[in-house]
Amino acid sequence: MLDDFMWRAALAGLGVGLAAAPLGCFVVWRRMAYFGDATAHAAILGVALALLWNISIFAGVIGIALLMAFCVSTLSGKGYAMDTLLGVMAHSALAIGLVAVSFVSGVRIDLHAYLFGDILAVGKSDLAIIWSGAVLVIGLMLWRWQALLTATLNEELAHASHINPRREQLVLTVALAIVVAVALKVVGALLIAALLIIPAATARPFSRTPEQMALLAALVAMAATTGGLGAAYTFDTPTGPTIVSLAAVFFVISALASQGWQRLTRQR
Amino acid sequence: MFPRPSATGPALLTTEQLTVRFGQQPVLETINLVLRPGRIVTLIGPNGSGKSTLVKALIGAIKPSAGRIIRSPDLRVGYVPQRLHLDPTFPMTVRRFINLPKRHASHEIGEALEQAGAEHLLNAAMNHLSGGQLQRVLLARALLSRPSLLLLDEATQGLDHRGVAEFYQRIEQIRQRSRCAILMVSHDLHVVMRTADHVICLNGHICCEGQPERVASSPQYQALFGDQTASTLAFYRHQHAGHHDEETFRHAG
Repeated sequence: MLDDFMWRAALAGLGVGLAAAPLGCFVVWRRMAYFGDATAHAAILGVALALLWNISIFAGVIGIALLMAFCVSTLSGKGYAMDTLLGVMAHSALAIGLVAVSFVSGVRIDLHAYLFGDILAVGKSDLAIIWSGAVLVIGLMLWRWQALLTATLNEELAHASHINPRREQLVLTVALAIVVAVALKVVGALLIAALLIIPAATARPFSRTPEQMALLAALVAMAATTGGLGAAYTFDTPTGPTIVSLAAVFFVISALASQGWQRLTRQR
Repeated sequence: MFPRPSATGPALLTTEQLTVRFGQQPVLETINLVLRPGRIVTLIGPNGSGKSTLVKALIGAIKPSAGRIIRSPDLRVGYVPQRLHLDPTFPMTVRRFINLPKRHASHEIGEALEQAGAEHLLNAAMNHLSGGQLQRVLLARALLSRPSLLLLDEATQGLDHRGVAEFYQRIEQIRQRSRCAILMVSHDLHVVMRTADHVICLNGHICCEGQPERVASSPQYQALFGDQTASTLAFYRHQHAGHHDEETFRHAG
């Protein structure tokens, strides 16, 4: 089964969707969308450095993503507005990454694959890394779930219950770096943030509890990755953008359905 | 009324020379206070006097720049924040909220909601609650940790007079039932004078403290609160003259 590239691609998509969705909920709840974008864009710099130093691309991406996240949290509260800071960091990281890639000589690298993903080229070792990362992220989320929710609700409530909000933020930062690294191959650096945010936003109108939203978002993300993969194969379109486009279609349907439902219940 | 708990019981929480600075800016200076079981201590002071900062230091959200906080081994803090901003993208029911960060048995939840007057709200969505309802849910959540110290940071903000009166009545019942220590930050000077065992008047430092009637008549208090004092004092004396407390209380509030 794993010898078939379509199966490998589908399993990669499921793994990434499963890991990205619950984390994406926190990205939405904590208004970290730009933060996710900045971390994901930094992945290109990670790829360039990994190629230059001849280390694993996953290691390079995780390293740079973590570095990016720490830079942002250190610089925030030092006189810059958060959105300005993240705007500077996200685009600089991408630009510097692209410049750095051009210095990598000798190997011919397919930049396109890192920017927009290349899920059909997922090999067995990629699959192993993607699923290890996904299991790690899900384990991290499950382990810290109650504390993460409390810290997201209100920092003082967390402190009063002996939960350190900074530590929970660190858990999310590490999880985000892992998701960026495993999602790079699937949707590419430019579209990772979409895979975090769109499924969560799609799930919101139909959820009454955080758990419902995380589960529903995971289903939406997995449907988008596998469905998008099928569509990309059928219509011969680029996979990453097709996956995100399908997620966007789900979001529009969700928004229309919740609007319609509200109107219907109001008339009664 | 009932007998006031002793002022010399075992200390649950003590601050010694507690000082908090934000950068160079001193916010709290050399605060000494003691919280004991069954006693209600109220913090009053103008805006920016460091009331909320003190509460945040007590729950460990702000590190003291100097001095120390001594916590008794049986200290369990129940904290009711000033307000709770819930992002509209965050789905949360009351049932789910009060089970954070620890899950509780349903009979405990029922009991806490009943004590806080929120038993009918169990299945409501948090972002559909009114200010008063939210306040009761926050109180129920704080009670679920079986606190030995209840910290209330301006818990009555945004409530109408009737709501404020009911809230303080509820606090009084909780104190009598659980014998927990209570520290309240308050703006409702009238009610403070009635419910507190000990009032601390804060303005960066403790400018005066003591039994409510002594604080109300102190020159420091009058300098800080100006023209509000006259009516508070008159109200307080009126309170102690008559015994039909509840009625007077509501009308005056």
